[in-house]
Amino acid sequence: MTVALLNASGCLDALTAPDVAAELDAFVTKTITPEPREGNPPIRIAETESGMLNSIGLQGPGIEALLAHVLPALAEQGLRVWVSVGGFSVGDYAGICERLEGRTDVEVIELNLSCPNVEEAPESSAEIVAGCRSQTSKPLYAKLSPATWDIAESAKAVVAAGADGLSLVNTMRGMALDPVTLRPKLGRGIGGYSGPALKPVALACVSACARAVDVPIVGMGGVQSGLDALELIAVGASVVSIGTILFRDPAAPARIRRELMDEATARGFRDPLEVRATANS
Amino acid sequence: MTRAARRVTEGTLSSKGANLRVTAAEPIGPYTLLRVAAGPIEPGAPGQFFMLHPPGHVLPRPMSLCLAEAGELGFLIDPIGPGTRTLCNLSPGQSLHVLGPLGNGFDLTVPRPLLVGGGIGVAPFPYVSRVLGAPPAILGFRSSHHAEAAVLLPGAEVVIEPTLVTALLPDEPRDVLACGPEPMLEAVRQLAPRAQLAWEAPMACGYGACYGCVVEVDGHLQRLCVTGPVLRAA
Repeated sequence: MTVALLNASGCLDALTAPDVAAELDAFVTKTITPEPREGNPPIRIAETESGMLNSIGLQGPGIEALLAHVLPALAEQGLRVWVSVGGFSVGDYAGICERLEGRTDVEVIELNLSCPNVEEAPESSAEIVAGCRSQTSKPLYAKLSPATWDIAESAKAVVAAGADGLSLVNTMRGMALDPVTLRPKLGRGIGGYSGPALKPVALACVSACARAVDVPIVGMGGVQSGLDALELIAVGASVVSIGTILFRDPAAPARIRRELMDEATARGFRDPLEVRATANS
Repeated sequence: MTRAARRVTEGTLSSKGANLRVTAAEPIGPYTLLRVAAGPIEPGAPGQFFMLHPPGHVLPRPMSLCLAEAGELGFLIDPIGPGTRTLCNLSPGQSLHVLGPLGNGFDLTVPRPLLVGGGIGVAPFPYVSRVLGAPPAILGFRSSHHAEAAVLLPGAEVVIEPTLVTALLPDEPRDVLACGPEPMLEAVRQLAPRAQLAWEAPMACGYGACYGCVVEVDGHLQRLCVTGPVLRAA
């Protein structure tokens, strides 16, 4: 099968779940920042009627520990690695890309331009992509927020700035209240909304971007089944990532891969990629 | 808090998940003892936990194992929200996805164990008690209705608020194993610095993926599911 299946960044730790990561075509790291980060205060997780909120806040060991410890451990597991990069300025992102440039154990750099749980960089996504482009020859994927009026315009801007592909979509900012106290459930008040509720949003964003730019698209958002994955391909994705479903079903990668083939076969296709972007015409 | 305790049953995560058949859902006071056929799922070490997925919900819920009897696993559940209410309302014959055992349980190689449970924190102790051969136990509850759960731990001393479990802690040193609400664990920690404390936290995955369940351990926010849920008091 030619459709690659990845994890959404921040939804899997290959070091605590190596057998789950081994079922993926590549492992996407949790977003790495220049310095170590403790992340946001608890409570960080809340379930809602049709999704979940998280406010992790980019907890991580920082780029130096990633280079020294995490990447060698991932290489030892034989994983193909995408590194998700975050920061608070063009310099943060570009600096990490520069450090990753010589690493043969990193295949792709995904720029997390849209974490809803931390302050945003003052510069535009296109400026960040351009800054990173000047530091690396590795494939650069821009991960965009769905919470924008015209995501196709954002897609055009980051591709023009040098992005080789798009990762669509990140979580959306959301909030949940305790029904008794009417206070926010999350320690930070707001969080990133993910899960089944995000799928229609992801389909619309992937469709709009696939019409607007001609680069590979990693589709993600609420994928729970092979049919969900096939739908993202039908609107233009060529790679599919799974996130929230991993939390309740670590066996999801093999299951979704199997279901995806079955769903394609049931419709007379030998390869799920044959349906790519067919919903857009 | 510091790292502690023991992890039993290493193995791949995919081999730790299965759809199990509910065999009974018995009310005990305000709680429900949910029994499932164990199938391929191992009970693990007392104090380890399992992720139970309430059908129709997005996320599973972390539960310690209350009873491990022949071919059966028992979970004591407090219906405090939509997910736990769904679990309590399951009927015999229904299917339930269970992942586990996960995390680090109690270190049972202690010479003078004393079990201390508060409220739903009684949950792990029937299994602990069976493995340790019924050591002394103190249970505290907020009402006599809640205290009906003490039937799961015969021989335990029971107190009801306003009396607190700490009132019954003996002066001589004991190896305290405690589970209960945070204020109780904090109070036990003050009196028994070597105690093993079983904590809980909102948790999306139970296996280190989501970083949702962090607590402060050794001065840093660490994932309770990986570092705990049983931690040394100091």
